[in-house]
Amino acid sequence: MTEKQHIMIKGVKEGLLFLLDDQCTFEALLAELQYKLEKTHQQLLTGPLVHIHVKLGARSATDEQKEQIAAIIRSQGNLMISSIESDTPSAQASAGPNNLQIITSIIRSGQTLTHDGDLLLIGDVNPGGTLLCTGDIYVMGALRGMAHAGMNGRHDAVIATSLMRPTQLRIADVVSRPPEEWISGDAAMEFAYLEEGQMQIDKLSQLFRIRHNPITFKGV
Amino acid sequence: MGEAIVVTSGKGGVGKTTTSANIGTALALLGKKVCLVDTDIGLRNLDVVMGLENRIIYDLVDVAEGRCRLGQALVKDKRFDELYMLPAAQTKDKDAVKPEQIRSMILELKQDHDYVIIDCPAGIEHGFRNAIAGADRAIVVTTPENAAVRDADRVIGLLEGAKIPSKLVINRIRQSMVKSGEMLDIDEICQVLAIDLLGIVPDDEKVISAANNGEPTVMNPASRAAIAYRNIARRILGDMVPLMLLDEKAGAFKRFRKFLGIG
Repeated sequence: MTEKQHIMIKGVKEGLLFLLDDQCTFEALLAELQYKLEKTHQQLLTGPLVHIHVKLGARSATDEQKEQIAAIIRSQGNLMISSIESDTPSAQASAGPNNLQIITSIIRSGQTLTHDGDLLLIGDVNPGGTLLCTGDIYVMGALRGMAHAGMNGRHDAVIATSLMRPTQLRIADVVSRPPEEWISGDAAMEFAYLEEGQMQIDKLSQLFRIRHNPITFKGV
Repeated sequence: MGEAIVVTSGKGGVGKTTTSANIGTALALLGKKVCLVDTDIGLRNLDVVMGLENRIIYDLVDVAEGRCRLGQALVKDKRFDELYMLPAAQTKDKDAVKPEQIRSMILELKQDHDYVIIDCPAGIEHGFRNAIAGADRAIVVTTPENAAVRDADRVIGLLEGAKIPSKLVINRIRQSMVKSGEMLDIDEICQVLAIDLLGIVPDDEKVISAANNGEPTVMNPASRAAIAYRNIARRILGDMVPLMLLDEKAGAFKRFRKFLGIG
C-alpha cells in the first residue's frame, strides 16, 4: 500500500475507532479495509474482544454498503461492531426550517424536482410532475401532481399547498390517493400529515397543533 | 431575417398539421412570405393537407444528404406566390436527419422568408428534437382533453428547457360540451399550462372536408375555424385581436341568413 491511506485506526477509550475516507471509491475502501485487517494489522486480531466504531465521514452509505463493511470487520474473530455512522445530509434534514429552500418554478409533466431538506415551491406542480423531498413540502400554488415529503422516512413531514389537487401524496412510506372528500372546494390552504400511519388533510391554520413549537409572546 | 415557429403538441391527432397549414396560409393571405416545413419524416401529411402532394420532386432528406439544393426541394403553393413548402421524405425514418442539419436548413430559409412554420411530428423523441432545432418560438397545440393537456405540459417543459418561448393554441373546442362540463374549459387549461394563449379554434367539420380536398380551411371565410386561424395569424404579426366568442348564439341569425341564401 504505497498510495494514500484511506483508513485510519485510532484507539479510544471504548475500543477502536475506524475513520474511513469519504472521497475515495467505496470499492477501494473495502479493499483497503480487508487488506489492513488481514495483512498489516494482525496484532489487532489477537487478544480480547474489541469494540469497533466506524465513522464514514460525509459519505452517505446505503444499508447494504454498511453491511459490507460490517461483514469484513466481523469476519475477524475478536472484533465487534458497535456503530457505523456517517454525517450524511439526512441528519441535517431533520434540523428543520433552517434548511428551507425556496424555488420558483413550474414543475411540469415529466419533470422531477428532488430536494434535500424542506422545500418552498413558488409555482404549480402539474399533473405528471413530481416533487421529492426529504423534509416538508410547501407549495405556494396548485399541487396537481405527485408530492413525496419525508422521503427518507420522516413520518412527521407535511405537505402544505395553496390548492390541494394532487394525483398522489406520499409522506415517508405512506402512499395516498385523494378520495373525493378531500377536495374541500373552498379556497383555504391545506396540508397533509400522518396520524397513526394514516394520511390526513387539514386547514393550514391547524399546522401548529401537530408541530408543537409554540412561540412565547412576551408582555401579553 | 424571418422567424421560425415550430408547431408542436406531444400528443398525436390534436391538429398540428392542420394548424401549421392554416397558420402558414393565413400569414400568406396577410401578404407575408412563408415557408412551411414538414419534419414528420416517414409520415408526411402537410403536403396532403395543402394539396401539393403531386408536385413534390425532392424532399427534406434529399437536401440533408446533398442530393439537391434547398431551393430545388421547395414546392410553390398553387394559390399564393409567396407560400412555399419543404416536404418531408415518406420513405425514410426520423433519424435520417440530424438536428444540426435541420437547424442550418431553417437558418437558410429564414434568410428569404418572413415566417418559417415547422410542422413537428407527434412524440418527444428524435423527430421532436429535429423539429425544434431551428425554431425561434413555438406554438403548442392542444385540445380540451386531459391526455392532450398532459402531453402539452410535457412538451412545454421540454421547450422551456431548450429556451424556446411557447404560446398555446386550443384546438377543436366544442362549446356545447364545455358548457355541460364534459370538456375542459379554456380557463382551466390555461391555468394548468401557464403560458400565453395565442388562440382558440372551434371544432368545425369544414376543417376535415377542406383537408381532404387539399385546401386549407382558412381559404373559406364562412368557416368559424377559418376566422380563428386568421385571428391567430394576425396575433403572430402583433395585432391585438380579441378571442372569438364561442357561444353559438349567432346560430339563429346565421340560420336565417342561410335561409335567405346569403350565409
